[in-house]
Order: sequence, then C-alpha cells, then structure tokens
Amino acid sequence: MSGTGIGARVLRKEDFRFITGKGQYTDDVNRYGQAHAVFLRSPHAHAEIRSIKLDAARAMPGVVDIFTGDDLAADKIGGLICGWMIHSKDGSPMKAGAHPALAQGKVRYVGDHVAVVIAETQAQARDAIEKIEVDYKVLSPVVAMADAVKKGAPVIHDVASDNTVYNWSLGDEAGTQAAFAKAAHVTKLDIVNNRLVPNPMEPRAAVGDYDSGTGGFTLYTTSQNPHVARLVLSAFIGIAPEHKLRVIAPDVGGGFGSKIFIYAEETVCVWAAKKVGRPVKWVADRTEAFLSDAHGRDHVTHAEMALDASGKILGLRVKTQANLGAYLSTFSSCVPTYLYAPLLSGQYDIPAIYVEVDGIYTNTAPVDAYRGAGRPEATFVIERMVEVAARELKQDPAAFRRKNFVRSFPHQTPVIMCYDAGDYDAAMTKALEMSDYKNIGARKAASAKKGLLRGIGFSAYIEACGIAPSAAVGSLGAGVGLWESAEVRVNPVGTVEILTGSHSHGQGHETTFAQLVSERLGIPIDNVAIVHGDTDKVQMGMGTYGSRSGAVGMSAISKALDKIEAKAKKVAGFVLEASPDDIEFKDGKFSVRGTDKEIDFGSVALQAYIAHKFNGQELEPGLKESAFWDPTNFTFPAGVHICELEIDPATGVTRIDRWTAVDDFGNVINPMIVEGQVHGGIAQGVGQALLEGAVYDASGQLVTASYMDYSMPRAGDLPSYDVGMTQTACPSNPLGIKGCGEAGAIAAPPAVMNAITDAIGHEGIAMPATPLAVWRAVQKTAPRAAAE
Amino acid sequence: MYPFNYHRPSSLADAVKLAGGDEAKIMAGGMTLLPTMKQRLAAPSDLVDLNALGLSGIAVAGGKVTIGAMTRHADVAGSAELKKAIPALAEMAGMIGDPMVRHRGTIGGSVANDDPAADYPSACLALGATIVTNTREIAADDFFVGLFETALQPGEIITKIIFPVPDKANYQKFRNPASRYAIVGVFVAKFAAGVRVAVTGAGSGGVFRQFDFEEALSKDFSVKAIEGIKQSADGLNSDIHADADYRAHLIGVMARRAVEAAK
Amino acid sequence: MASVTLTVNGKSVTRDVDPRTLLVEFLREQLRMTGTHVGCDTTQCGCCTVHVNGEAMKSCTLLAVAVNGATITTIEGLAKGEDLHPMQAAFREHHGLQCGFCTPGMIMSAVDMVRRKGTDLDDKTIREELEGNICRCTGYHNIVKAIHYGAEAMGKAGTAAE
Ligand SMILES: Cc1cc2nc3c(=O)[nH]c(=O)nc-3n(C[C@H](O)[C@H](O)[C@H](O)COP(=O)(O)OP(=O)(O)OC[C@H]3O[C@@H](n4cnc5c(N)ncnc54)[C@H](O)[C@@H]3O)c2cc1C
Ligand code: FES
Ligand code: FES
Repeated sequence: MSGTGIGARVLRKEDFRFITGKGQYTDDVNRYGQAHAVFLRSPHAHAEIRSIKLDAARAMPGVVDIFTGDDLAADKIGGLICGWMIHSKDGSPMKAGAHPALAQGKVRYVGDHVAVVIAETQAQARDAIEKIEVDYKVLSPVVAMADAVKKGAPVIHDVASDNTVYNWSLGDEAGTQAAFAKAAHVTKLDIVNNRLVPNPMEPRAAVGDYDSGTGGFTLYTTSQNPHVARLVLSAFIGIAPEHKLRVIAPDVGGGFGSKIFIYAEETVCVWAAKKVGRPVKWVADRTEAFLSDAHGRDHVTHAEMALDASGKILGLRVKTQANLGAYLSTFSSCVPTYLYAPLLSGQYDIPAIYVEVDGIYTNTAPVDAYRGAGRPEATFVIERMVEVAARELKQDPAAFRRKNFVRSFPHQTPVIMCYDAGDYDAAMTKALEMSDYKNIGARKAASAKKGLLRGIGFSAYIEACGIAPSAAVGSLGAGVGLWESAEVRVNPVGTVEILTGSHSHGQGHETTFAQLVSERLGIPIDNVAIVHGDTDKVQMGMGTYGSRSGAVGMSAISKALDKIEAKAKKVAGFVLEASPDDIEFKDGKFSVRGTDKEIDFGSVALQAYIAHKFNGQELEPGLKESAFWDPTNFTFPAGVHICELEIDPATGVTRIDRWTAVDDFGNVINPMIVEGQVHGGIAQGVGQALLEGAVYDASGQLVTASYMDYSMPRAGDLPSYDVGMTQTACPSNPLGIKGCGEAGAIAAPPAVMNAITDAIGHEGIAMPATPLAVWRAVQKTAPRAAAE
Repeated sequence: MYPFNYHRPSSLADAVKLAGGDEAKIMAGGMTLLPTMKQRLAAPSDLVDLNALGLSGIAVAGGKVTIGAMTRHADVAGSAELKKAIPALAEMAGMIGDPMVRHRGTIGGSVANDDPAADYPSACLALGATIVTNTREIAADDFFVGLFETALQPGEIITKIIFPVPDKANYQKFRNPASRYAIVGVFVAKFAAGVRVAVTGAGSGGVFRQFDFEEALSKDFSVKAIEGIKQSADGLNSDIHADADYRAHLIGVMARRAVEAAK
Repeated sequence: MASVTLTVNGKSVTRDVDPRTLLVEFLREQLRMTGTHVGCDTTQCGCCTVHVNGEAMKSCTLLAVAVNGATITTIEGLAKGEDLHPMQAAFREHHGLQCGFCTPGMIMSAVDMVRRKGTDLDDKTIREELEGNICRCTGYHNIVKAIHYGAEAMGKAGTAAE
C-alpha cells in the first residue's frame, strides 16, 4: 500500500467535515426538550457563604430549578477528586481539601461555583442568576505563594493549616551536597515559570441527559478522555454505576490538557438532568473559561548547578514552589512532582540531582496539566541553567551542551528515568547547520547597524511521553493504570473499524491510526474507520494526553492487529487448504508459501463470517480482536530548538527572525501531522515566553480574564518554523514511536529566553518577556551586547 | 444581553426623536456597544440603529475632507481620494482592530465613544477636525472631554466629521499585545499655521495634545527638534501591559517615528 | 419579537426572533447551521466569521435584526456539494487545521482576504490580515501556507471575484 502507509504524508480523513462546517462539537449537540444551565460564580477569592436566598431567582421567567451545594450533599454526590497520591518527604500523604462541585460553606477562588440555575433559555438563566442573593463573609485571600506559606496566613483548607499540599523531594540530597562541595564553579538562578490559561478555542461544554425508562445517564462533554470521566463520575462522585453512565466526547476543539479533568460543570449537568427530568446543557463563555478552566505552570524556582573547572556538570539542586490553586484538580498533584523532577537531568549526564517541591494552595483557579505538564517547567530550569553556566564559563553554549550530553544508552539518571535511546549530538549538529549558527556573528553585526539587538538561544530538550508502564506509575501514586486499549472489528466485506481508547481533538488519529491499519492489512485507507470518544462503543480507554496516543494507543492497535493477522491466517489456511504456518500475509494477500494459491484480505474476512470452510468447533467464526497495551517504559523524544530574534531597544519589541527545530520522535507515521504538532507546540511555547501570563491582583481578581488582557499569540506574532528531524527508533513499543504532541511547547520557552538574554546581555528578565519587560531589561543592559 | 426595543429609523429626524428617550442608545457599527451589552454592562431600553440613515461617504473639496459618521473603517482605509488627501488618516483607519471589525465599525461610533485607547480621537485632535452633529458643529479641541466622555448631549447624533488637509501627517501606533488597541498612538500633523500632535492610549484623561512637541516641531519639523524633549509620566496610565514611565517613553519614540514618516 | 429575513447560502429564510438575537445565534439555533462557532465574548477570536453582503464580519457582534434583508454566506455555503471551494481544499491540502474549531472562521476570513487583497498573497500580508482570527492549535504556519496556495487556486479557478 504505497501512499497511505506508515511514513506517508496522507491528507487527513477528518478534515472534510471540519472545513465544510459539519464538525459536531458538544455545543452543536441539542437534545429534545433541553434546558440551559448557568452557574453563579463567586465574585470573591475567599469567603464564607452565610446564606443563599433563591426565592427571587426562582420567580424569574423560565426558571426550571436552582441548585446549590446543599442539594448535592443531600443526594450524596461526592466531591471532585485528585487521582494521584503524592507523599511528602516525611511520608505523610498530601493534604487534599474537599472539592464539592457546588460550594459548601466556603468559596476559594473567583469563579468558584456557588449555584446553578436551570432555565428554558440561557438568557433566562442569566437573568435569574442576577437575582440570587448570597450573603458572603469575605475573608482575606492569599494570592501569592510567598504569602500563602507565611505564618498566620489565612487558611484555605482546614486540612492544610500551612496552605501546603506537600513538601516532596526526589534524588540524593547528600550525594548532591557532596558534588557541590567539590565544584569549581556554581551557577545560580531564580526562575519563574509563568501561569498560563490553556485556551483551547472551543470553550468547555456539557449536555447531561437522563432516560427514566432505563435509568441510564448520557453525558456529552468536551473531554480528552471520556472513559476516565465516566470512571470518576461513577466510582468517586457517585452519579451512577458505569454501566448506567455513557460519556460521549464528540469532536473536541482542542484541549492541551485542560479537557482531561473532571470539572464541576459536567458533574452538575449530568446529575441535574435527572433532577429536572430534562436534558441540561451548559456552554462556557470565554470569561468562564479563563476563570474556571484549570490553569497551567506557575512555578517559582531556585536552582543551583555545580560544575568542574572544565565545564562538566557535577550536580544540580532545585527548589520549587508550585502553585496548585484553590483545589487539587484531577491530576494536579503529579504535575510538579513526577512529571517535573524526573526530567531535570535534561539531555545531560548529571551524576547527582536533588529536587524539593512544595505544592501550595492559593485563592486562585486550580492549576493542572497544560501541554507538556511539568516537562516544560523542568526543561525551562535545566536549559536556562546550562545556558547561563556556559555564559559564566565563557564557553560556547552548543559546545558546552555537547560536552555534557548523555552518549550511551540505556542511561539511568539519578531521578527515576532510564533513557532508552537517543542521539543528542546528531540533533545538535543538524540544528546548528539548519540555523546557520556559524554566521550568527555577522547577523548580529548587521542587526546592530540597524540599532537592533540580535540574540540566539538554544533549547536541547528531552521529555518523557506515554506516562507508563502502569505498574511504575502506580508505584508513584497514580490512581489509574496508563495502558491503552484497542479493538479491531473486521466487517464481512473487509472494511475495518478500529475502536480506540485514545481521543482525537486535533491530533488526526482518524488518519494516522488508519495509516497503520492500511499498511498492516494492505487495505485502502478509506476502508478504515476510527471510532473513539464514546464509552458505549469503546469498552475502556485512558484517553489522550502526555503525547501518548501514538506510542501507547497505536501500540494497542498494533497488538490487536497481530491477533487479527494470526486468526486470519487460520481462516486462510482452511480456505486454501494449508497449515496456518505455511500462510504468508503480504500486501493484503494471504498465500501459501511456495505456491501461487492466494486469497485477499476481504475474502478472508467474508470466509471468517460465513464460516463455510471450517468447523465452528475448530475455529470460532468472525474476525474481531482486542488488546490492551501497557508499555515497558516511558518514551523519550528529544531535540534541539534554536530561536533567533531581534529586539528593538527603543520599544522593547521582540521579533522572532528564525526558528529551527530538530526533533527525534522515533518512527513517524505521518510527517505532515507531526510537523503540525511541532508548529502548534512552538506557538504555545513562544506564547508563554513572549505574551501570555495569567495575572491576579492582590484581592484575587483575575485581571487577565479575556482576550482584551490575556495576550493570545496571533499570526503576526509568530514566525514560520524550519522543522527537521533525526530518528532513533523507540525500543519500548512495537512501532518505535516516541510521541510529538508536546515537544514544541516544552522546547520553545527556554530557546526564546536564552535568545533574549543573549541579546540584552544579562539574565534579569522573566517570562512573559513583553515589550514592557524587555524595554525595562534593556535599560539595565551592560555595554556587552551593544559592543558585540 | 438584556431585552430592548429595536428601532431602525430611516430619517435623521426620527432617529433624533427616538434617541432622545431616557434609556435609549444609538447603535452605529455596534462593535463597541454590542460587546458591552453582551457582557450586561449596558442595558438600553431602546436601541436606535443608524444603519438605514445613509450618513456615509467621503468627500474631498476645498482643502477639507468630509467623512460621514456611518462610514466604515474599511471604507476610510480604502478610499483612493483620502489616500491622496490625508494618507495618514487612511492608514490610521487601516490599523483599527481587524478586517472584520473594520467592515462594520464606523468613524462616528469611534469618535462618539471616545475610548481612551481608540485611534480616531488622536486624528481628530491633531488634524483639528470639526465634529458635526444634528444640532451643531464642535471643534475637536472642545469635543473630547475625558474617558469615554465627549461634548455630545444625550441623544445628539454625529452626522459627519470634517478634517482640514494638512501639509503632512503621520500616525504611529504601539499596540497593546492583547487587545491591539493603542498603548500609545501619536498623530502628528503639519499645517502652514503650525504643527499639532495628539496622543491617544496613554493619558488617564483620554486623548491629549502634546504642546511641547507642537511648539518645537512648529519651529523645526524634524526628529531632532523633539529629541531632547521629555514627556512626563505624570497623568499617564499604568496597567499590566505598560506602566506610566514606559508610556511616556513610547510617546517620544512614536512621535519621532511619526515625524520621520510624515507625508 | 421581530421578523428577520435573510438569504443564507442562497436560500431565503424568515424567522421571528427576540431583537437581542445575535446573527450567530440565528444561524446556530434557528437554522441549526452549527459550522459557525463562538470562541470568545470580546469579538476577538474570529471563530464566528461569516460574509454579510460579501464582506467578512463577526456574527457574534451583529444583531440579526440589524442585518435584516442581507445575504449571508457561511462555511456551509462555500462548497458546491462535494466540490470544495479552493480555499477549503487548500486548508486540507496544507494541513491548515487541527481541531477544526477556528477553521470555519479562518476560511471565511481567507476568502474575504483574497477578495480585498488579490490572489498573490505574501506571508506578511496574510499574517497581518489574520489579526482577527485566533487559532490555538496550528501555530499558524500551515494556515498561512494554505491561504497562500488557496488564494492562488482561487485566481486560477476564477472564484476570487465572487
Ligand atoms: C476586536 C476589536 C478591536 C478593536 N480595535 C480597535 C482599535 O485598535 N482602535 C480603535 O480605535 N478601535 C478599535 N475597536 C473599536 C471599533 O473601532 C469600534 O468600531 C468603534 O469604537 C465604535 O464604532 P461603532 O460604529 O462600532 O459604534 P457602536 O459600537 O455602535 O457605538 C459606540 C458608541 O458610540 C455611540 N454612537 C455611535 N454612533 C454615533 C453617532 N453617529 N452619534 C452619536 N453617538 C454615536 C453609541 O451610542 C455607543 O455609545 C475595536 C473593536 C473590536 C471589537
Ligand atoms: S466569537 Fe465572534 S469573535 Fe470570537
Ligand atoms: S485548529 Fe484548533 S483552534 Fe485552530
């Protein structure tokens, strides 16, 4: 099957419906008789609820019903959960405060859910919301982490009197101390990783439905992992047992992590559908998305690196405070711990690492995984540190990195990870070439002539994708296994349906997964359909995040295809009157070795179902197989990104001139889609570095609650990207895939900041490097940059 | 949005009558008014849509450019005649918002709204425009009173704006990275009688004239002439995107760039 | 209630609506044409872009009553049956979409861009003209490419003047 198999730039099968306006997103779902939900949200960052008066609101036109936290409690509906247990270094479990879907007694951030109005129309629900009278006793808020941990600070959750969720650590403290004791040079840096709002363009939405005839619930929701949503809503929140709850995530307009989590709104919609006896629909507006989608990042870090006189890294010491917001969101606890600290070794051979992370409650929106989740934060730390160390030691940043690269595999780092394969030198060499690094001096001089400051910045990132094997993540506290499932259904005419637990919300699974099947079964790609996102169709799955759909999801499909092939060979054996061992399968045809007897895949499928040629006791009729795939390791995509930019010192405006990306994603199914993932990731990373930042004021109001204040990257803010690849196959899955969904977002921020600090000649600037920040930093520029 | 009664008068007289109602609001392009109403920050009982009144078009005659209040930003930006007469004004209109906003938003709406970060007020002030309403003519110098505050009386409707044609002019805009409105916008216009410089986006009282720059440029219309003049940060806005010092600095930079680019 | 008559993708439709009905609500809720999306409440994202009397506008910030009588083209009206409009085809050909949520607005803006700026569009122009359309997935690289080639194809197909 040339043209549509593995490695081909196949155009996306899903595109036709999107470009013709026929996509079906959750807001496009309308159930007969549906009512509309609008949430009353807390205007205060921290307050006690003394009373809620609903009478006036209930009297408003069109109101169907109004619920508060008391109603949820009366129905014994549980709170939202955090599914990853983290233990502090003293062995105590993390302090998870209760997280009711509608506030019970207290609100803890602006946007927290106080009540829900269900009305005939959304406009009527909004009208009624304004008539609810809540008597708040306003408490002082803690907004900054530094204030939250001060003695005597207001307490957000009683279970955490010091507003600290955990004090966690990883690595060898004594060994690291010893490394610093013999260091010839120590590089120190204070690093802020700015808080971001994920902002998929489709706001979250949910439609809850209840069938009183069957007692079954259906929830349509904007989810990256409908099965996990069902599991949590059933087993923990207690909406209904799993077989009575169907969760459908139709087309989803981007997620980037923020649609992994199980939120208050969908919980309330599905629960309320039964209460009011009608489907209940809720759609967030953008302001609600800003207030209540889980935010990302928000770390404050102090890092120190020990080096010998030649520039070899001896040790790394990192102390991080991670803002987790007002409640622990679904996977929040693992993001600044196990998804962060194990990546701090970067691409480097570092003998000793010690990391301490404090998770902190503040009166702000919950913080959880956002594209990259922990790995961008780790990469930012290590890549800023090596850049600054190279500068301090007056070594070329590329040469300095090369000197410290891991060169033999497998490589066990001091922080859990065992890197299985890679060639960091190859990516660096290619990136230097593509970026024309050797002529950077001339380009800097040319910029200086125009009165502009030119800088170049590297980022040699590594990430860990797949987030598995299950046993490993279980031992680290995960509440779930992180395998993936697949079912291959071959129809009697030889067309194929693949049911997968992965979820596509822009990643193009309908195409890449079909490419795999087309290649393996030798059938046209149009004969393959990918089914996902519906718990009634797909039995179980873990969803899409952590760049896991290729490495884990497709591996499950591959495993199921192995079973299909084995079974089909048996069928072919009966038809061709040969032993299955003598049957060869190639290019869609089964043949008897050494003969010209052959039969195509479609005919074997038909034979499997009519079962005329074999006895049903010897071989079961039909052709359908399923598999669960649990990887043997994380995968380790890695690469080098180089950002080159110009700063106008008069205004502080930064213009990215060139972007070079060289990534090693292992084997690639569809380069067109992979490049698209890289582009999108870089854009989000550049957004973090130059534009985006969630800002709360001292009272806990979100200042950046719309696109009027939160700077979304637009086309004019971004360059074109020069994307190249190197390849080392991944040994831990059958397809050799590593994953590509987050690389750009992980790689980009340090590349940008290393370039900016190169241009301005000092390290005194934090993200986002807005024109204001750059202009301020340029005022402090030593003549070094100008003289260069 | 709160409920309202919708009116679409076809004569100015009817519009004026309807707009005189206590809680009535005029709607031109709606590009500012509708977002405000969607967020429930405005609750007019009656909405008077000016879109059936005509009131649009650009005419150049006798050293003056007259632009009807309902002329869309896109039409101002694209007008061949205007590009010849006051290219800076056409270019400025082309910098407002985005193409879709420019297809709908109007000069009258922008001037009437007097957003402290809007572009048109600086053009009106620097060019010494005359704002013509259903009852009177108001000089730009008297029109812009404060933040979102103009000399308009309730129910008074802008019908056109008259701009004298300068020798040279230019507008330089430094965009807010999020909203893309002006953090600082400087409009410089050189007339035989002298130079006028208006600054938008920066002042805590809205658009203002920079008299020091004007005096220096009137004597010597060159970048050099204003290089040494420092804009004070007093009375300038501070927000997360730009503090007062930065805005003060940018006013100088933008003014110099405008002088350099003026044509 | 106000009666609104529009010609949407060539068909005349009349509905009685509350005057506060936005054009996007009219399309999505009255006509069940859900290809036009809503991505923000500040008129900035462009997901809701449609053509009103041939010009691109943001349907989230237009009252349906205020465009009474107008001719509207939405994303559903671009293709002729299975035959994609050249700009739609270019978005597919150059992978100018991922999740697809911004895509209808992007394509409607792109077609309008060609009407205004011609069929030979350079990167800089395209990026400037996309000021009113936000995409979170693609990083714009392939959108810019798609519009470039889509414009060229519109020139060849003679659809640019429509
Ligand atoms: C995304 C976006 C970006 C924007 N970016 C910019 C920008 O960069 N720079 C900029 O300057 N503006 C910007 N704007 C605002 C835009 O220019 C508006 O079009 C303009 O401010 C208001 O014009 P309008 O015709 O839409 O007026 P409307 O919104 O209809 O009305 C605005 C106000 O003026 C009153 N009014 C309208 N017409 C008249 C009249 N003839 N007489 C008396 N009163 C009247 C109305 O009652 C109302 O109070 C932006 C808007 C949006 C949505
Ligand atoms: S929904 Fe219309 S611009 Fe965002
Ligand atoms: S493709 Fe997802 S927002 Fe553009």
